[in-house]
Amino acid sequence: MIIEREYVSRVRKKSFIIMTFLGPILIGGLLSLGVFLGMSDSSIYNVLVVDLTAPVSTDSSGSAKPMFVDELKETSQVRFDYTTDGLTNAEFDSTEYTLMLVLREDIITFPEAEMVFRKLPSMKARSYIKSQVESVIEDNKLIVESIPREKFDEINTDLEIITVDAEDGSTSFKQEQAFIGFGFAVLIYFFIFLYGVQVMRGVMEEKSNRIVEVIISSVKPFQLMMGKIVGVALVGLTQFLLWVILTGILFSVATSFVAPELSNAATMADQVQATEEVANEMSKDAMEQAAIGDMAELILFRVNWPLMIGMFIFYFLGGYLLYASLFAAVGAAVDNDTDTQQFMMPITIPLIFGFIVAEFALTNPEGSAVFWFSEIPLTSPIVMMVRVAMGFDSGSIWELGLSMVLLIAGFVFCVWLAGKIYRVGILMYGKKVSYKELAKWLRY
Amino acid sequence: MTILQAQNITKTYSNHVALSDVSLSVPEGSIFGLLGPNGAGKTSLIRIINQITAPDEGKIIFDGEELKPDHVQKIGYLPEERGLYKKMKVGEQAVYLARLKGMTKTEATKKLKDWFERFEIENWWNKKVEELSKGMAQKVQFITTVLHEPKLLILDEPFSGFDPINANLIKEELMRLRDEGATIMLSTHNMGSVEEICSHIALINNANVVLEGAVKDVRNKHKEGVYDIVFAGDMLSFTNSLWTNFELISHHETEEKLRSARIKLADGVTVNDLLKTVIPVAQIHSLNEVIPSMNDIFIKVVQPKAESDE
Repeated sequence: MIIEREYVSRVRKKSFIIMTFLGPILIGGLLSLGVFLGMSDSSIYNVLVVDLTAPVSTDSSGSAKPMFVDELKETSQVRFDYTTDGLTNAEFDSTEYTLMLVLREDIITFPEAEMVFRKLPSMKARSYIKSQVESVIEDNKLIVESIPREKFDEINTDLEIITVDAEDGSTSFKQEQAFIGFGFAVLIYFFIFLYGVQVMRGVMEEKSNRIVEVIISSVKPFQLMMGKIVGVALVGLTQFLLWVILTGILFSVATSFVAPELSNAATMADQVQATEEVANEMSKDAMEQAAIGDMAELILFRVNWPLMIGMFIFYFLGGYLLYASLFAAVGAAVDNDTDTQQFMMPITIPLIFGFIVAEFALTNPEGSAVFWFSEIPLTSPIVMMVRVAMGFDSGSIWELGLSMVLLIAGFVFCVWLAGKIYRVGILMYGKKVSYKELAKWLRY
Repeated sequence: MTILQAQNITKTYSNHVALSDVSLSVPEGSIFGLLGPNGAGKTSLIRIINQITAPDEGKIIFDGEELKPDHVQKIGYLPEERGLYKKMKVGEQAVYLARLKGMTKTEATKKLKDWFERFEIENWWNKKVEELSKGMAQKVQFITTVLHEPKLLILDEPFSGFDPINANLIKEELMRLRDEGATIMLSTHNMGSVEEICSHIALINNANVVLEGAVKDVRNKHKEGVYDIVFAGDMLSFTNSLWTNFELISHHETEEKLRSARIKLADGVTVNDLLKTVIPVAQIHSLNEVIPSMNDIFIKVVQPKAESDE
């Protein structure tokens, strides 16, 4: 009944409904904003290419033509104009060009070029310009060595190293998986904080409303505390579930919008193959598509979703019960908001610490710090999620088991401890509580 | 028939003794006043009866059985520090509290409607508690306390914070509930209401029961042989006649030619002796024994001890 009230009164709140709908949109929005900012750069670059190299050929009209003139391929965003006269930076500043690329005479032997900018060009623009200059230099070198381009492409090797786990022979994508695990760890971190504080507020509300004595004349204080904790946990799980469902819906809606665009692009590529420029664009798109495909494959297939979600729910519940009971004890011990600070500190520190260690685990998953903190119940819910995502082999599965057992023991202990503090604290009014006093309550 | 019996209850907090070997019994169908100065241990005892805390020693017998968790359904408790969830609707909240006491939802809703009608607050059902005034909230709290028809109703300072109209309403309801068979135990400082409605009292001071019994008996026991006598006659000769065996405490003129005097009789002296003494000098209009008020008894019993404490 208490669970029911806690659950219903919270789920009915406007803020819950708003968060439920806003959550996936915010997360999705943030993600796509990040992708968007990284990928897209709509500004147009007018590049003045100062070509100081010696003429290597003549153009159709018979005048001498240096190495780069008219050789760099333009796109809709990057345009090149050529000059063979050097400009000072000040002179460049008075032109309308956005960038000035200075290619020195000895660029073949000493491959270095200077790019003068008024506004720092995007990563994408820079790498495009770089690849264009490189390919012209390569072409020239190939001509000098009289190697046909096809031959060079054949020789040019791009090696991909696939890491294989010695124990089970599976190809591993541990790094990427770890990131997914980290995502879950962040989720657990936020959920524990969010709902732990809700429990604390709830307890304080009951205490300051003075309703608590009425209620504990009907039920045991422990029942009231657990009712509140479980009720709020169910709210959290409901929210999580709704997020999963909503994200799923959003995802499928989004893909149905994006997918036709991709297939359109493919057919378009067939049609306009003739135009080099467009084909180039397309091949880049195809690369990106492939990268996205890799990510999708990773997200969809590499990660053991049932295990991940199962572990997420276990570690969320375990970690939440542990922290929420401590938060409840704090709520019971204090009279008003301002007093919570001194007791909040020791609770939040391990939580934040766990978060930091989880970040460590991304780069060094086998470190001993990561091992220990993934076993200690206070930090394990966060740290272990990263490790779970990377997977366990038969030799270290006991670590997961031990961590789970310890977490259960940890939360049982914390609930017991909190129950004692709660029972005494809830009826204490108008008294500023010290740690010494809390210790005394445990013995009541 | 006693409904509740406390046997040698001792409760110690880390730095002070709240109750020391306290025994008392509450007769069934009585309105039992639990009196005592602040900090005497009243609330501690009430919390033990409500199973909010456990006694260190001793036991409580409720309705012939040792106190057990089920008994909360037969006890209604209105604490001194009382409140409601501010954000919840009145009706929902009342139903919730009733269900915690073991009632079903439909049963609780039906009874609540009756009570709301009786208190003429039907239109509050869907209001939020924060919209209610303090007095309104107290009515709701009272209803939620008695809704499950407890055999024993415990009220900690029920009249504090009520305006006189609501206090009277509550008093009437308490008497009505008593007539319907409930036993009511209330702690209060309001001695006037004790005399008005309580049939029995226990006075707790410094963790001990110092006085217990029916209000009538307690008051009679504290009679000190003091009488008010109204007479017509000469005050000087009246005073002179009381030379031995009597002590004139006070006197004043009541109306024309009538005087009232308060006289304490010495040990072994009877009312007849008093009459024999004063009849020759005065014309007696009336003679009444002074029965001490609960207020006087309270102060008399508590004060010397409280002073020696300081």
